[in-house]
Amino acid sequence: MDFITQHPVLVVSLAKIVGLMFVLMTTLAYLSWFERKVIAHIQSRWGPYYVGAHGLLQPLADGVKFLFKEDLTPPGADRFVYILAPVLALTLAMTTLALIPFGPPSVQWLGESTLIVADSSIGLMFVFAITSMGVYGVALAGWSSNSKYPLLGGLRSSAQMISYEVSLTLAVVGVVLLSGTLNFNEMIAHQGGNFWHWNIFYVGHGSFPQIVGFLCYFMSAVAETNRAPFDLPEGETELVGGFHTEYSSFKFAMFFMAEYANMITVSCLATILFFGGWLSPFPESWTFMRYLPPVGLLALAVYLAYDTVVLARGIARIQLIVVTTGALVIGLACLHPVVLAIIQGPFWFLLKVGLIMFFYVWTRATLPRLRYDQLMSFGWKFLLPVSLANLVITALVKVWPLLVNHG
Amino acid sequence: MTLPFIVFFVCAILAVVGALTLILAREPIHSALALVLVMVSLAVLYLLLGAEFIAAVQIIVYAGAVMVLFVFVIMLLNAGVEERTDYSKLAKYAGLPLGIFLLLALAYWMFDSFIGKQIANGVGGTNASVSTRELSAQLFQKYLFPFEATSILILIAILGALVLAKKDE
Repeated sequence: MDFITQHPVLVVSLAKIVGLMFVLMTTLAYLSWFERKVIAHIQSRWGPYYVGAHGLLQPLADGVKFLFKEDLTPPGADRFVYILAPVLALTLAMTTLALIPFGPPSVQWLGESTLIVADSSIGLMFVFAITSMGVYGVALAGWSSNSKYPLLGGLRSSAQMISYEVSLTLAVVGVVLLSGTLNFNEMIAHQGGNFWHWNIFYVGHGSFPQIVGFLCYFMSAVAETNRAPFDLPEGETELVGGFHTEYSSFKFAMFFMAEYANMITVSCLATILFFGGWLSPFPESWTFMRYLPPVGLLALAVYLAYDTVVLARGIARIQLIVVTTGALVIGLACLHPVVLAIIQGPFWFLLKVGLIMFFYVWTRATLPRLRYDQLMSFGWKFLLPVSLANLVITALVKVWPLLVNHG
Repeated sequence: MTLPFIVFFVCAILAVVGALTLILAREPIHSALALVLVMVSLAVLYLLLGAEFIAAVQIIVYAGAVMVLFVFVIMLLNAGVEERTDYSKLAKYAGLPLGIFLLLALAYWMFDSFIGKQIANGVGGTNASVSTRELSAQLFQKYLFPFEATSILILIAILGALVLAKKDE
């Protein structure tokens, strides 16, 4: 106990990191289930179905499969860089999440805010710093594989990621101008009020709604994370598997997880910058909305109970009983006033992030892949000018009152 | 041994190892990666000194942009393993003494001057970090002219690169 009270920062930070890693790893695994299920339903299929109820144990089966596959290294590959590439990709992708606030800084333990690992005064800059290093994972994987398809994929993706990083950053600068800070929590606090106070909608004194900024950001972000319709680095119809063609077993899984972690980061960033982060979309006076998380969980538990009775068979039924009990217990726990106060921020934050992730998957299921020259001209000749124009207009609207008062 | 002290030594050693690898590695990509290591270690050192903004910019500009382009070009040209010529005689005999002399001169300056002593004793950095707001106020008010002049210089460089690249048509 002595140690904990003497080193609160160290202990709390380590606890937060361990907690975040645990949640993140589970989420990464279940995102693959989520994506397959959503795409399947959009395309009138069932998706994962047989492993557990609703295919809920599929990620576990996939994980075991990845672990037991033979780990091949192509002859002539640069061994050190070949191993470094996936490690780098995954580490960088996960490090970014340390800067994301999942709830208000008022939730504290031992005097340290609990729902963010590192509350930096320039969080946004650090997120960009770390994501800008993400190119190395892809580029080095392509180069070190000693094979032509990965090399082409690596080259393509380096060019793509460098190009789209420009419009990604420019689209965000508008929000920085409006809130006048680079700290995430201050940015969110700036958007306080109802949902029309969020940066994406707010039309007010010296404020320009960032809807164009958000669209530019989202399109660049999809390209930056190498997802459909901009998934040319993989482009299986032309490049086999792109930069990770030669990777097998757990190294391949690491690239896979890095991609999902990047998607999460980008969605979190969109939530913070444009959708008010951990703020509730409803006014403060609607106190009954505070009960939405437990009510939602209990409704889920009721649905799952119905599902258990009517649909599931055999082992799937046992699994469903476990999940139902889990939802029930957590839902009841959320009714406790202390837990209810803590859960508010993370609930809205994760809900918004989940919606953006759904949008991500939706675009993948709907849109065909672009051709490479289309991708490049779209980035440089459309997205870049539009995000620049958005920035200039936002700046003008911001300083307009000052100019008028002086004149 | 405080935590910043340990971090300082780890990063300093990493920076030196990176710099040595940069010179000694024969594969161009390895050299580029070693340079990235140097840049990132330096960024952590800036962070220790309380200069958050400079640290972030260091990573964004050098590790994230400049070195990515280096790696990209090396991959694009598929540059082979470096060929070593016979080492220059001058470097062989004069290099080591001159290097040691430079090191000693720096050490002497650090030992002697007031700022040097401050820096040498300030491992772990000053706790007062310069906020980004103060930095931008300095940049856009006091040093506005040099700042704008530099940006015009960069613009001219970009235009120059475009003109040179378009020459063949």
